[in-house]
Amino acid sequence: MATQHSRSVARLMMAPAVVLLLGWMLVPLTMTLYFSFKKYLPLRGGDLGWVGFDNYVRFVSSSSFWPAVQATLVIVGGVLIITVILGILLAMLLDQPMWGQGVVRILVIAPFFVMPTVSALVWKNMFMDPVNGLLAHLWRFFGAEPISWLSEASMTSIIMIVSWQWLPFATLILLTAIQSLDSEQLEAAEMDGAPVLKRFYHIILPHLSRAITIVILIQTIFLLSIFAEIFVTTGGAFGTRTLTYLIFQRVLESQNVGLGSAGGVYAIILANIVAIFLMRIVGKNLDA
Amino acid sequence: MARAVTTRRKSLNTILAWAVGLLIFFPILWTILTSFKTEAQAIASPPIFLNFNWTLENYAIVQERSDYMRFLWNSVIIAGGSTILGVIIAVPAAWAMAFVPSKRTKDILLWMLSTKMLPAVGVLYPIYLLFIRLGLLDTRGGLVVVLMLINLPIIVWMLYTYFREIPGEILEAARMDGATLKEEILYVLTPMAVPGIASTVLLNFILAWNEAFWTLNLTAVDAAPLTAFIASYSSPEGLFFAKLSAASTMAIAPILILGWFSQKQLVRGLTFGAVK
Amino acid sequence: MYLKHALRAATALTFVATAAAHAQSITIATVNNGDMIRMQGYTDKFTEATGIEVEWVTLEENVLRQRVTTDITTKGGQFDIMTIGMYETPIWGANDWLVPLEGMSAEYDVDDILPAMRNGLSNDGTLYAAPFYGESSMVMYRTDLMEQAGLEMPEAPTWQFIREAAAAMTDRDNDINGICLRGKAGWGEGGAFITVTGNSFGARWFDEDWKPQFDQPEWKEALTFFVDMMNESGPAGYATNGFNENLSLFQQGKCGMWIDATVAASFVTNPDDSTVADKVGFALAPNSEGVDKRANWLWAWALAIPAGTQQEDAAKQFIEWATSKDYIELVAENEGWANVPPGARTSLYENPEYQKVPFAKMTLDSILAADPDNCCAQPTPYVGIQFVAIPEFAGIATQVSQEFSAVYAGQQSVDEALAKAQAFTAEEMEAAGY
Repeated sequence: MATQHSRSVARLMMAPAVVLLLGWMLVPLTMTLYFSFKKYLPLRGGDLGWVGFDNYVRFVSSSSFWPAVQATLVIVGGVLIITVILGILLAMLLDQPMWGQGVVRILVIAPFFVMPTVSALVWKNMFMDPVNGLLAHLWRFFGAEPISWLSEASMTSIIMIVSWQWLPFATLILLTAIQSLDSEQLEAAEMDGAPVLKRFYHIILPHLSRAITIVILIQTIFLLSIFAEIFVTTGGAFGTRTLTYLIFQRVLESQNVGLGSAGGVYAIILANIVAIFLMRIVGKNLDA
Repeated sequence: MARAVTTRRKSLNTILAWAVGLLIFFPILWTILTSFKTEAQAIASPPIFLNFNWTLENYAIVQERSDYMRFLWNSVIIAGGSTILGVIIAVPAAWAMAFVPSKRTKDILLWMLSTKMLPAVGVLYPIYLLFIRLGLLDTRGGLVVVLMLINLPIIVWMLYTYFREIPGEILEAARMDGATLKEEILYVLTPMAVPGIASTVLLNFILAWNEAFWTLNLTAVDAAPLTAFIASYSSPEGLFFAKLSAASTMAIAPILILGWFSQKQLVRGLTFGAVK
Repeated sequence: MYLKHALRAATALTFVATAAAHAQSITIATVNNGDMIRMQGYTDKFTEATGIEVEWVTLEENVLRQRVTTDITTKGGQFDIMTIGMYETPIWGANDWLVPLEGMSAEYDVDDILPAMRNGLSNDGTLYAAPFYGESSMVMYRTDLMEQAGLEMPEAPTWQFIREAAAAMTDRDNDINGICLRGKAGWGEGGAFITVTGNSFGARWFDEDWKPQFDQPEWKEALTFFVDMMNESGPAGYATNGFNENLSLFQQGKCGMWIDATVAASFVTNPDDSTVADKVGFALAPNSEGVDKRANWLWAWALAIPAGTQQEDAAKQFIEWATSKDYIELVAENEGWANVPPGARTSLYENPEYQKVPFAKMTLDSILAADPDNCCAQPTPYVGIQFVAIPEFAGIATQVSQEFSAVYAGQQSVDEALAKAQAFTAEEMEAAGY
């Protein structure tokens, strides 16, 4: 079907998007690479000359590097696990017949519309504050000592906040997938007396695998670069300094653009490792 | 929904679903409620739910301090502009990928997605310097372009998955009838893809609306959107829960309302090709 | 360059309306503190008098720093006036990024600015930023709780007394914590507080050879004392409490004592916001017995003009207006003397009306007790009290204070934190070429 002519037309039509994105990728990337080989300290006069791989060596050898990689992976992994599992359960629940389905669906997707800064502020102050927060009141009501969420359970808190924001997205995609499931097939299985768990494993889960992969792919892209949630809540303290946040500290707090740029290059490498890993799975699923 | 269900089961489902729904929605509800309290009531112990003197005082204070409409308008223009521009650029690209696939189509698609993984903080200096050169700092035009580029991969991907679901025969039939490429896209493809395009537009509008790094760092006065508005309320002095809630409510209300009205479109189209 | 023109044209179109609207207009980046917000309310008076329009960009402190630093180092030119602190001013001034504030009018009376503030906002004797308000730190305490505990606050208490009083005032059942202090990570938050606490125990950041001093016994003593006292009598979760959190706790009557910025005095004594407004006493920041330095810091939020602005004259006019004696009187007239921006001008403290304000004297005494050239009991190579005025400090101190906050949260020991702080600081200083 694809003639030579339609191929060149297709290329032409893809050109604007490809060229723009290529520019968006190459220009900052080139500049970042350029800075990463320089001693570039804006507060000490800016460009202080070439330093080879010094910044790269310093960035990885810093005691903060590996904990930051770990924190990044824990947050991304934690949020993915929570949103996918709860998302499946929620999607199955919403797929059931009930009264007021539309309204419930609205309630469930609402957090997705809240900007990250706002949700971080609201959670931090009105829920997780150890004195005036609502969770503290709740704990006291049950006679327990309130938890200082953001210091004692910093990682859990951030994963909670971010999961709250992304759960609607996962639920929505999984819900559309479940709704497309052939209900006759399910009914037949039900008639045969297949237990609930078995039905779930053999019919529902395989059907959802594609949707789950897509949820994981899209969320990972966004989660690798979360920033506002950490900036507002812990400021990178209590073990929540992710790679993105570490770069922020190097570039903006320490005003070391060279070092931060080297960190940026590492972050790109990490993102691409994750991406290749993901895409192998997704690629397989996209073909299927 | 061909399954026969007892009323009992339906009631159970309803109760459970409503409980979960309200739990998830609760932080937003609480923020909205708090915005109508006085500062003292906002931190009252035990917390007050509905039994308080409703007041608009916080909104008045926030509005007096910063001109909400200006921030709102900038948000609308930036989020709307970047989405429209993105769709215009993405439709032909997605068309080409979906209907004239080549060996590299998938690679190109995945490469596009990978550009989203560039950490924004790492390139703040390069982009800021570039914006100075181009005279784009604190302009809505500059932000429209940046946010469009950030979301373009998602737009292309979403459109691609919708287009792929459209049977190729229909297009061929149109071609047989002598439709030009332009006509084919405008009169055949686009109408069929409307639900997909609608949800693409909505999702990207939301993402652009909520983007808080570039919109904050590349603006000052003229182009500052609601993300900058909220940045001045994040830690005021003294008691501030009520004022913070009012500002937060103002920042999220427009998008929340839009989202609620359009949730059907959003839900219908938000599949990313997950449904075969 | 087609793209460039196209983009410019596009943006120009969007802006025709706004650009034509006013002839002269200045853009000011500022922090969202109470005094600054109040000033925004009076801007109309400035515009009326001069015809200069003012656009405000109000941001939370951390966002503001990030925003103005990016702009000044890249010469972005987004702002005509920036609100900066005592840490940034000398560094930026030395880089010639700020317009020297010279040739101010006689009426402005630049010599009236408190010498400590003027020094701190100058580099090599040239003033680069005008203080809008200045502060030191002091003890604010609840007179009623103090009495209940059967104690009397001396004018110049020691840490040992503070700790004893805090323990006596603590009443967990009634949700009263003997003492509230900053534990929040960040060089300007908990970092500043623990640094002055260190100073008052005889510690310092660096010795004369720029060697970090966290391996010295003074730091261990200070940090251990702080942690023990806060565990005994501090609020739950103090590791995330900064200025605002503590202010709110104190206003709700949940703290017996609070040692923090002198500007907080007007907030805690304001009956509109504070439930304990009439029960607050003031004392000098404490020292450890036998150390002649107190936990006094020195800070000013000041207005500076970035070099290269097109609106230098208008910006100067605004600074003269906002930091003038007249502005202080304007606020006094409308809001009472207790609410004027404090700590900037000598004449304010000579004003008999202002002397009636309960915290006026203690504020001045505290500011006078702070000496940025001489922060510590031992000699140091640096300027600054709660900070070290070198470009690397903000980055280092934020990370160090994060280690300390982890101690406050019970996640590591004092020794571990100090060892990490020492290693990290040494690493950074070496990289910076000291």
